[in-house]
Amino acid sequence: MGGEEIDITTKVTAERIKKYLEQGKRFDGRKTDEFRNIIVEPNVSNKAEGSVKVKVGKTEVIVGVKMETATPYPDSPNKGNLMVTAEFLPLSSSRIELGPPKFDSIETGRIIDRIIRESKFIELEKLCIKEGEKVWTVFIDIYTINDDGNILDAAGIGAVAALKLAKIPKYDEEKEKVDYKEYIGKLPLREMNPFTITVHKIGKHLIVDPTREEEDVSEARISIGSSEGIIHSLQKGNSGCFSAEEIKKCFEIVEKSWKELFKKVNAQLK
Amino acid sequence: MTEEHKRTVVIPGETIKEGDAYLPGEGTEKQGNKIVALRYGLAEEHNRLVKVIPLSGVYQPRRGNIVIGKCNLITFNGWVIDIGTAENAFLPIMETPRYVAKDRLDEVMKIGDICVVQIFSVNGRGIDLTMKARGLGRIDEGIVFRINSNKVPRVIGKEGSMIKIIRDYTNCNITVGQNGYIWIKGDKIEDELFAKKAIMFITEKSFMEGLTEKVEEWFKENGGVKKETKKTEEKSGDKEED
Amino acid sequence: MTSSFKRPDGRKVDELREFEAKVGIVPNADGSAMYRSGETIAIAAVYGPKKMHPQHSQNPEKGTLRCTYNMNSFSVSERIRPGPSRRSTEISKITEWALEPVLMLDKFQNMVVDVHINIIQADAGTRCAGINAAAMALAHAGIPMKDMVSSVSVGKLDKTIVVDLSKEEEDYEEGEGPTDIPISMTHSGDITHFQLDGKIDSKQLMEAVELAKKSCEQIYEVQKKALKDSIDLTGGED
Repeated sequence: MGGEEIDITTKVTAERIKKYLEQGKRFDGRKTDEFRNIIVEPNVSNKAEGSVKVKVGKTEVIVGVKMETATPYPDSPNKGNLMVTAEFLPLSSSRIELGPPKFDSIETGRIIDRIIRESKFIELEKLCIKEGEKVWTVFIDIYTINDDGNILDAAGIGAVAALKLAKIPKYDEEKEKVDYKEYIGKLPLREMNPFTITVHKIGKHLIVDPTREEEDVSEARISIGSSEGIIHSLQKGNSGCFSAEEIKKCFEIVEKSWKELFKKVNAQLK
Repeated sequence: MTEEHKRTVVIPGETIKEGDAYLPGEGTEKQGNKIVALRYGLAEEHNRLVKVIPLSGVYQPRRGNIVIGKCNLITFNGWVIDIGTAENAFLPIMETPRYVAKDRLDEVMKIGDICVVQIFSVNGRGIDLTMKARGLGRIDEGIVFRINSNKVPRVIGKEGSMIKIIRDYTNCNITVGQNGYIWIKGDKIEDELFAKKAIMFITEKSFMEGLTEKVEEWFKENGGVKKETKKTEEKSGDKEED
Repeated sequence: MTSSFKRPDGRKVDELREFEAKVGIVPNADGSAMYRSGETIAIAAVYGPKKMHPQHSQNPEKGTLRCTYNMNSFSVSERIRPGPSRRSTEISKITEWALEPVLMLDKFQNMVVDVHINIIQADAGTRCAGINAAAMALAHAGIPMKDMVSSVSVGKLDKTIVVDLSKEEEDYEEGEGPTDIPISMTHSGDITHFQLDGKIDSKQLMEAVELAKKSCEQIYEVQKKALKDSIDLTGGED
C-alpha cells in the first residue's frame, strides 16, 4: 500500500491511549466529556443563502444552505423539502480517496438529515409557495476541509448554524424564477438547537469529540441528535457493543455536552 | 551568524545570486550567470556554494537512515515494511539480529507491528532494511507519532543536543526516525506526552535561531525539571544541524 | 480603445480585483494555499508525491500530476449538484496542463502528486484562482519546480480589453458582448494555459496577452509574499 497506511494510529499508541483513559485522561489533556475549542465563522460563502465554517480543534468543515423551488412530494403537498449531502473531500485528508462518495460521507449526510427533519427544526410548512405545485427545497451541503476526527459533530453544528443564518430569496411568481439577489426574510425555524453529539467507546471508557487518533481506537460510537433534552435521532455505529448502563451514561454525557455546544455556538452567531 | 550564512526564504524560479562567482548546490540550478531556486525553502550560501534547504516535501530514503515503519506483509523470507515512502521497504530474514526459522517469522514481527530499522540500500527495485544494530527492533510500548521529516534535524539538534535536552527534562527514551516518525518511551505516560509536546514546540519554531535556548526556556515555563543526565544510547539518525 | 467604456465596479481596464493569498490552510495536507480575487475564493491542497493507485496508471518514467477541480454546491447562485461534471473534468485537465511545465517530477517514477482544488465562493475566474492557489500549494509542499505559475482571466467587453472579469462583466451583453480569455503563464513568461470564448481579432488578442502578462506579474508578487511570509525566521536577524 501507499505511504498513508502507516499514519493509521499504531497499535502501541492505541494501547497508550487506552491505558491513559484508565486514569480518566486524554492525550491532549481534555476531560473525557470535553470538546475541543469550537470556532464558528458565519457567512464564508456569499452565494449561499446561509453558510458557516466550523472548526473543532483542527477539524474543519464548511456548510452551506441553498434554496430552490420544486414540486412538493405527493404526501406533503403544502410542505417544503429538505435535502442533506456531505462530501468528504480528498483535500481534507490523505485517507480520503477520489471517486464516488464512500460510506462515511453518505452516513454523515443521512444522520444530519434525520436530526434536522425529525426535530422539525425547519418550519417546512411555511415553505409552500403554491399548494401541490411549488414549494421550497432547502439544501444543506457539508464539505470537509480538514479531518482531525469527529467530522460528524462538526457537520451537525455547521448545519444548525448555517440554517440559523439562512434567508429566503425572492420568488418572482410572474417569471416563475428565483431572484437570488433579493431576500424576503429569514428561513423559518423553531426555537431549538438540534445538535448531534457522538459518544465513542474506547475500552470501558466513554469520550466525546475524539481526535483522529482516538477515533482510530474507538470500538463503538453512538450519535445522538437532541435539542433541549429531547432525543430526535440516534445511530449506533461500528462493530463494538454498548451495555444498557453505558447507553444511559451516553445520554448524560450528551446532555452535558449539548449545553456546552449551545452556549459556544450561539455566542458566535450573534 | 555571519552575513555569509544568512538564510532567506526563496520560492521556485527565484534568483538567489547573480554573478559567475557562485556554484549551484542542492535545490538550485545555474541559468546564465544566475543561481535559481528549484524549490521552496531556505537559501543558504557557504563558500560560494548556494543551496536551498527544504522546508517541506516528502521523505527521501537514504542509505544509513534510521527509520520507523509498520509491518504490512510477511513473505517466506522477510517482512514488507511501510516506512512512509512510495516504494515498499523489505527486511530480509537474514537481517534480524538472531536466527529466525522460516516458519516463525511472525514471532519476530506480525502484520501491524511497528519497528525501528535502518536502511542499508536504496536501489531501483526498492529499499532494503536491516535490524542488525543496537537500538533497532520491534516497538512494544510507548507512543509513536509523525512530524514533517524536514524538521528531523532540528529535533535531533547539533550532535544530538536537542534530543538530549528533551531526554534530560522528561526522562524518556526517544528515537527519531529520519522519515519523521518518532517513538517515545518513558516511565509514565505523562512524561511521554510532555516529550511529545516539546517536540511539537520545536517543529513549530523550527526556523528560529537560538532554538536550543528557547526549548530550555519552554521546559522551565512548562514546569520541567532537569533530571540528572543518565547515559542514554544515541539511537537517532545521522543527520544533524544546528 | 474606446474611452466611453466604464466597468461596473469602477475599476480601470488594467486593474485587478482586490486580491489576497495565503499558504498552510489545510493542516493535514503536504502543502496548501488559498487565493482570493474579489469574491472568488479558491483553496488547494497537495498530497504527495505518493504511490500511484491504481497500478495501471503508474508512469515508470516520471511522476504524474493529478488535479481535481471541484466547486462547492453553494459557491454559485444556482446550486450545483455535488460531484464531478463535464465542466469540472475539463478544468481539472486544463489545470494539470497549466502546471505541469514547471514541475520536475522525473525523480518520482510511478508516483502521483495530487492537487485538490475547491471553490468556496465563485464570482468568475474560478479556474484562474484555482491555478494560482494550486501553484502556491505545490511550492508549499516542496515539490521541485522550475518556476511559479500565475493565472488571470482577460476579457473583451464590447471592444475594450479588460483584466480579471467579474461575473457581472462575464454576462455583459452590449455591443460585441463579452469575450473571456483565461491565461496562465510562468513567471518567465511562457504561456501554459490559454482558452477563449467569444469574438476577437488576433491583434486585440495579442493585446490581451500583454495585459495578462502585466497582471500575472502582480499576482506572482502576492503568491511570492504569501509563501515567504509563512516562515517565521524571527528571533534571529530582527
